[in-house]
Amino acid sequence: MTDKKEIPAELKARLKSAYDADWRRDLRKAVPVKDRMKIPRQKMPEREAGDRNRDFGEVNRGLDAEAARAEARRCLDCANPQCVAGCPVAIDIPSFVKLVEKGDFAAGARKIKETNALPAICGRVCPQETQCEEICNLGKAAGSPVAIGNLERFVSDYERTAGEVFIPEIPPPTGRKVAVIGAGPAGLTVAGELAKKGHKVTIFEALHIAGGVLVYGIPEFRLPKAILRSEVDYLEKLGVELRMNFVVGRTASLDDLRKDGYEAFFVGTGAGLPNFMKIPGENLVGVYSANEYLTRVNLMRAYEFPAYDTPVFLGKRAAVIGGGNVAMDSVRTAKRLGAERAVIIYRRSRTEMPARIEEVKHAEEEGIEFHFLTTPVRYLGDETGRVKSMECLRMELGEPDASGRRRPVPVPGSEFVTEIDLVVVAVGQSPNPLILQTTEGLKAGKWGNVEVDWATMATSLPGVYAGGDIVRGGATVILAMGDGRAAAAEMDAYLKKP
Amino acid sequence: MAKILRRERLVPNMHLIEVYAPEVAKKCKPGQFVILMPDAKGERVPLTIADWDRERGSVTSVFMVVGTSTQKLSLLNAGDEVPVYVGPLGKPSVIENYGTVLCAGGCFGIAAIHPIARALKAAGNRVVTLLDAKSGYLLYWEDRIKDLSDRHYVSSRDPMFQTKGYISRGIADVIGEEARIDRVVAIGCTYLMSSCSEATRPFGIPTVVSLNPIMVDGTGMCGACRVTVGGKTKFACVDGPDFDGHAVDWQELFSRRKSYFDDEIRSLCDWEGRTFP
Repeated sequence: MTDKKEIPAELKARLKSAYDADWRRDLRKAVPVKDRMKIPRQKMPEREAGDRNRDFGEVNRGLDAEAARAEARRCLDCANPQCVAGCPVAIDIPSFVKLVEKGDFAAGARKIKETNALPAICGRVCPQETQCEEICNLGKAAGSPVAIGNLERFVSDYERTAGEVFIPEIPPPTGRKVAVIGAGPAGLTVAGELAKKGHKVTIFEALHIAGGVLVYGIPEFRLPKAILRSEVDYLEKLGVELRMNFVVGRTASLDDLRKDGYEAFFVGTGAGLPNFMKIPGENLVGVYSANEYLTRVNLMRAYEFPAYDTPVFLGKRAAVIGGGNVAMDSVRTAKRLGAERAVIIYRRSRTEMPARIEEVKHAEEEGIEFHFLTTPVRYLGDETGRVKSMECLRMELGEPDASGRRRPVPVPGSEFVTEIDLVVVAVGQSPNPLILQTTEGLKAGKWGNVEVDWATMATSLPGVYAGGDIVRGGATVILAMGDGRAAAAEMDAYLKKP
Repeated sequence: MAKILRRERLVPNMHLIEVYAPEVAKKCKPGQFVILMPDAKGERVPLTIADWDRERGSVTSVFMVVGTSTQKLSLLNAGDEVPVYVGPLGKPSVIENYGTVLCAGGCFGIAAIHPIARALKAAGNRVVTLLDAKSGYLLYWEDRIKDLSDRHYVSSRDPMFQTKGYISRGIADVIGEEARIDRVVAIGCTYLMSSCSEATRPFGIPTVVSLNPIMVDGTGMCGACRVTVGGKTKFACVDGPDFDGHAVDWQELFSRRKSYFDDEIRSLCDWEGRTFP
């Protein structure tokens, strides 16, 4: 889902002055537009499917410098760039892309970091095809947009591996304390932004590794943990303090933190409540929520069991229910853990699948089977309570529903039973209720989310802001980061009020 | 990192661990639990809080050695640190003045029932305690429990005790002897809790159990700990751990508890092979 905003006047002016810089003008002149349009989109090098689907090494290898410069050369450096409007964190995309064309990769990384503290992550997990790249003028003119996401990944990887990570100058301490609750993408963004303003930021995280869904949800083969770790290290270098194993609402309440001198708060506790379908047999052994399945494998590293103590079922016939990115991550994980058949069961058709195009493509290459217009109606177990088969129903598409997608309607009498020994339910997550249950006066929205004023990300409590999945339900990493950025600006203003 | 202040073997296979965790000590209430990891490769192990010292900033639990992570934990000592110690988790037990409450505990549940019995006593209840131990040498903390009890019983299969039989028999006996029992709290292994619940069912005495399903995060995020109570799926880590013992689907809990039985053995054999070659 895109959340395109109008480009604010301030940003427009900044883009214009960057556009008018001499070096940009020279670069534009160096290669004629029609030549730029002839350059093909540079292919992201990938590990071969039959090789990668047996381990957890990263699938995409990243562009090399030559390919990155060629890709950047495709960018027409439009006088009126559309791409920026598609970016929830308002990255000055033309400037960073042109810095790549120029060969100044480290400067490109710094340009992104002006508005996005986690580029190596966004370059890997953002759905660019529905954001910046969807509205890229080159895409409209030449059929395929500039690979902005691949370039973002390239410059941040370059900066990290070259050891040229730039630490911006931090203004003198303001002496104001900020508590960020949850070390996921929204919270990490807020922490970075406010640390850069000189505030004393502490992140309180319930789990033992920072990252939220980036660490427990997104698998190693899509986002290596070392990348996440170096992005978190960067925040620590900005002066952010991390308090791990601290559950706000249990270890201390938000009010306790207020008494400890924290003046502004950001609630970014995520969609940590797995949805189930409430069908018979869902509590059989071998039926997981995607959250549990992925947490066991990613956070607890069950794929290295028994070197690590936490086990996970290694299904031979694995069925993953759902059609989003979490479902793709789960089914590709099952394949890597040795499933002979790893199957997606999705109740609508391919066109309605919310997963990123790249994830679906990768999954297909890796031998994942897709069963569209199918939904499970119950799971059947053996005498020990372990799942052994599931009964499904065929669907057909009816009229569009509230989401604008055509509603799946059951086909009467189409039930069939199929043998499976592992089920992962990936039908969405809801906001984690803990913070609402334990914070007096914090207003809840309709879906158990924390309610905010969208203009400011402020909650019903003074000084308390929120963003990401705790507000949106299950959305994307980049929307959470966009919320974090918006909230940070407001929090900074709030803290500066006399 | 959290520092271990004390780790001692109470009885064979049963250990006490006291950890310096001032924030947890400050907040914890009877019935809550912590999650800890013995080392960076360990499982996240939930342990019921058995006692705390707010001044000292310490929290005490008692655990039984079952798998690799608890085995590792049993080998740690005062001065060692654990990488994860988080809590207090779960909803506290509901403590009111019910009249007479029977607190029944066995195994690690003897320690787990301790703060609940203490709080119930402080709330004005007449507290009757019933501890179960297969043999006399497996009984621990009996003095501590006895001190806060108005009446104290032990059920055992050991000839040294008068009450013969399992705790369910013990409960029936206590119900027979006491003028009235208004509430029962039972904590121990799944089998003990289901047996206690079955024993009180015919008498219609409200029975609270503290469930111990497999958990991972302990904050409601993963759903590993789901249990069916009164026909509805609940997450023990955030909706519990206390539930109505007469409404729990025990069969489901038994099978879910055994989910990784083979893996646990494999893990332990593998770890022992590497650690004690």
